[in-house]
Amino acid sequence: MPLNGLKAIAVLLLLASPLLPRRACAQENYFVTYTHHMEEPGNLEFATKSVSGFPRAGNAFWGNAIEMEYGVKTWWTSELYLDSQTTANESSVFTGFRLENRFRPLLQEHWINPVLYAEFEDINSADKALLEVVGHDGVADFLVRNDRSEKKREVELKLILSSNFKGWNVAENMIAEKNIAGEPWEFGYAVAVSRPLSLAASPNACRLCWENFTAGAELYGGLGDRYSFGLHDTSHYLAPTLAFHLPSGPTFSVSPAAGLNSNSHGFLLRFGVAYEINQVVSRLRGK
Amino acid sequence: MTVGTRKPLLLMSLIFILGSTLLFAGAGDGMWLTRVPEKQRSRENPFAGQPNAIAAGAKLFRQNCSTCHGGEALGMENRPNLHSERIHAATDGELEWLLKNGSMKNGMPSWSRLPEQQRWQIVAFLKSLQ
Repeated sequence: MPLNGLKAIAVLLLLASPLLPRRACAQENYFVTYTHHMEEPGNLEFATKSVSGFPRAGNAFWGNAIEMEYGVKTWWTSELYLDSQTTANESSVFTGFRLENRFRPLLQEHWINPVLYAEFEDINSADKALLEVVGHDGVADFLVRNDRSEKKREVELKLILSSNFKGWNVAENMIAEKNIAGEPWEFGYAVAVSRPLSLAASPNACRLCWENFTAGAELYGGLGDRYSFGLHDTSHYLAPTLAFHLPSGPTFSVSPAAGLNSNSHGFLLRFGVAYEINQVVSRLRGK
Repeated sequence: MTVGTRKPLLLMSLIFILGSTLLFAGAGDGMWLTRVPEKQRSRENPFAGQPNAIAAGAKLFRQNCSTCHGGEALGMENRPNLHSERIHAATDGELEWLLKNGSMKNGMPSWSRLPEQQRWQIVAFLKSLQ
């Protein structure tokens, strides 16, 4: 579909959205780590995930990913990402798209719940969305001027393991990514933990109740590639996360990330907004 | 990839998609009850009958369940009416198990993302429905 067509659909949905009932989205507490929570079937979530970085030897940047997530089945969620970025003193560019699917093979809750993740990315070397860190990704990649000449067509596979216990969510992701042009497999990881600030709901309608806030932390980074697996020349981040689920409204989340070694950005600030439209196909059919 | 190798791949993908759709479309109503472990059936709701918990459960129901089951929990399209005899007859433990695990073959998602306390509050609300 041409970009103009996508823009037209996005504008129409944004104009129509105030007319549609909204519901709190409770599933996105992290920016990098995925849990086993799937999108409810028939629901469409719009989200934006942005990241700002301020490399000392380069220009400050703002990477952004617009996300459309659809629940195909209770066990199958599909997503489309559109990536773009702005770099100070350089330019603003569209950097590509990502298509991903997540499958939940076990249909009941277990101590550890696996989800299989497969993604195809068609992005270029100017992409700064930082949706994951793999291989030898590092701050040096962000010091070159915006250059879209290098195409990156990549396949990314993840094994997502996630557990819920006494209100806590613990999630681990193992990431393998390969540029299909022939570069070696690159590896990465993400682990996260979070908990709502109150486990029981208040009987009254309220926006600033503790139950609407979820706090947690993420740790993510690269693990080298097939020929040099390990921590050498990789980057790693530790990031507290806070999400605010506005009842019958959008979810806002923020995460300041600290780089843990010299290959990492010293500081990244992530911000996200997610908004869910329930039963979108039924609405389009007028039911 | 040549045309010759592409065809079997497309055919296999088609078989996988059709096969999974048929597999998951065939589940019957109420089958989830047979899957509830015995220990779970007898679990008691710590909030049973408490007016505050019922009010909180009603709020959570509106936020999370009403788009499929309707604002009055009377069901919508092929989603079940929660005023049914099956819900009245189910134990609190069985209902909490259903919320936690869902009945994914029937399109009911898992609500394990809600803390256990909130699932019990929803059960208290469901049990208050006449």
